[in-house]
Amino acid sequence: MEVCESFNNLTEAALQKKDGEGTPRSGNQKKASAAQLRITKDLSELNLPKTCSTEFPDPDDLLNFKLVICPDEGFYKGGRFIFSFKVGPNYPHEPPKVKCETQVYHPNIDQQGNVCLNILREDWKPVLTINSIVYGLQYLFLEPNAEDPLNKEAAEVLTTNRRVFEQNVQKAIRGGYVGGIYFDRCLK
Amino acid sequence: MEEVKESHQKRWIHLKKVLERPGPFTHPEFEPSPDILDFILSTCKILIIGAGGLGCELLKDLAMMGFKHIDIIDMDIIDLSNLNRQFLFRHKDIGVSKAQVAANYINARIAGCQVTPHCCPIEDKKEDFYRGFHIIVCGLDSITARRWINGMVVSLLNYDDNGVLDQSSIIPLVDGGTEGFKGNARVILPGMTACVECTLDLYPPQVTYPLCTIANTPRLPEHCVEYVKVVQWPKENPFGVALDGDDAQHTTWIYEKALERANQFNIHGVTFRLVQGVVKNIIPAVASTNAVISAVCATEVFKLATSCCTPLNNFMVFNDIDGIYTYAYEAEKKDNCTVCSNIPHPVDIDDPCKMKLKDLIDFLCENIKFQMKNPGLTTTIDGKSKTLYIPTIKMIEERTRPNLSKTLIDLGLRDGQEIVVADVTTPTSVIIKLRYTISDVEIN
Repeated sequence: MEVCESFNNLTEAALQKKDGEGTPRSGNQKKASAAQLRITKDLSELNLPKTCSTEFPDPDDLLNFKLVICPDEGFYKGGRFIFSFKVGPNYPHEPPKVKCETQVYHPNIDQQGNVCLNILREDWKPVLTINSIVYGLQYLFLEPNAEDPLNKEAAEVLTTNRRVFEQNVQKAIRGGYVGGIYFDRCLK
Repeated sequence: MEEVKESHQKRWIHLKKVLERPGPFTHPEFEPSPDILDFILSTCKILIIGAGGLGCELLKDLAMMGFKHIDIIDMDIIDLSNLNRQFLFRHKDIGVSKAQVAANYINARIAGCQVTPHCCPIEDKKEDFYRGFHIIVCGLDSITARRWINGMVVSLLNYDDNGVLDQSSIIPLVDGGTEGFKGNARVILPGMTACVECTLDLYPPQVTYPLCTIANTPRLPEHCVEYVKVVQWPKENPFGVALDGDDAQHTTWIYEKALERANQFNIHGVTFRLVQGVVKNIIPAVASTNAVISAVCATEVFKLATSCCTPLNNFMVFNDIDGIYTYAYEAEKKDNCTVCSNIPHPVDIDDPCKMKLKDLIDFLCENIKFQMKNPGLTTTIDGKSKTLYIPTIKMIEERTRPNLSKTLIDLGLRDGQEIVVADVTTPTSVIIKLRYTISDVEIN
């Protein structure tokens, strides 16, 4: 009933509103977009593990930034890996676009920097945050997943011989050829 | 003259029956009067967003219903594939602005109707433009655009110091959407009923496939197309530009590569049409669905403009895949909606020439109403976002620390400026609105 009454008031108000005459309102700055509001909240609550840090080339642009991960355990200990985050205007309906900018020998990351992490594509939900992605990426370095590979060769080595895989990873981090592909040095 | 008047009388005879007589189903506070018809015919200004499948229907429906002052906005130009259902366009119109052609057609066809076209993205129009309308009705195909116009109508709301909404600042939003044989129509009273952002979870996510599946174990023709789109295109970048689904050269390239990949994995069914569909996320449009949804939306616009009947409360779904099904329910307004529950809190500033950003942050931490812990502040100046201070991100903290000792005026913050404040103590960002009480002093 409350809604009905309001509807009626509304039309009365509309009828009184003269053609072309706007309601005065102080301040005419464009309001922050819904994506902007949400990313501000995400970032101010960012709770980074000690192995991760962020870089903002432009502090006024919260929609484009980099995440640096330096794993302190596991296969990738000692490496330094950079990911670029691009948050679009449809965030959080759509996930941010995340690419790995460092060449890495990893079953779930390919040579073009595509990352196979479920929450970056098919399992993204608006309730997830930038923090969820950070933890997802960190987990990829601790537990590379050979079952859903992007780099099939690396995945095969991981399943058949973990020692060789570990050596390959460390070789790639120090810079050099692994399986005919050259990796740039990315030591911390 | 006499003849014109008579035909005028006849033309609106059916509307008069609804608007000038009481009835058992009218709104309880509805007062029949000839003024209401007059309002529709001479005063009421309607904005139609989108001049596509739904837009053509909406424009035709509303114009024939008697609305005379209609604006229509669409940035698109007419394409051959539009002509089967976007009936205001002809073959000769291909390549011309949709809004322009639609407006010309209706203006020529319906006596007295004044349709004003706007051939630009909705983002190009500012607050003053949108404030000039009584009702806005949308026939859009994108969630981004819906969220944008929703944010716009919410930002037009005025609240008094007690946070009570000024009803005259409400511009109702009627939104229609169709997808094949399915459609929905909804009425949004910004600030009062559920807005687009409140129900964001209702929109289905875009169809995506796991990256590893499309890279290693494709099974469907769609997997092959998606692989070329997501992996091969960025890698080979054949034309040196971003992928454009409307460029025939681009789609042909994708088609050829996808076919190669399909053959490699023994997958059948990669066709040019499928490629177009996957690349542009095309869902076949059905003319009858557009007609149904548009009719519902136009009726809602009429009800809102006249109060002759209680409007839809507030979400209606339609489906005629298998028989005909409709259902209406009340989508609930979210208490913590980032857009419509985010009522700006006024903060009075005595002297913005003396008050520093640090003082403002201290105020937010100490004030009984806010009691924040470690707030981060951003704002928008001349349409560009500006980070004032974010303490939780090391790099931004270092770069924005000098702002703390600057005054509000030095930072370019004006009277009425809205500042987004994010803090651990609130579930969503809070908006504060600066109110300078100094203007008198300045004059002295």
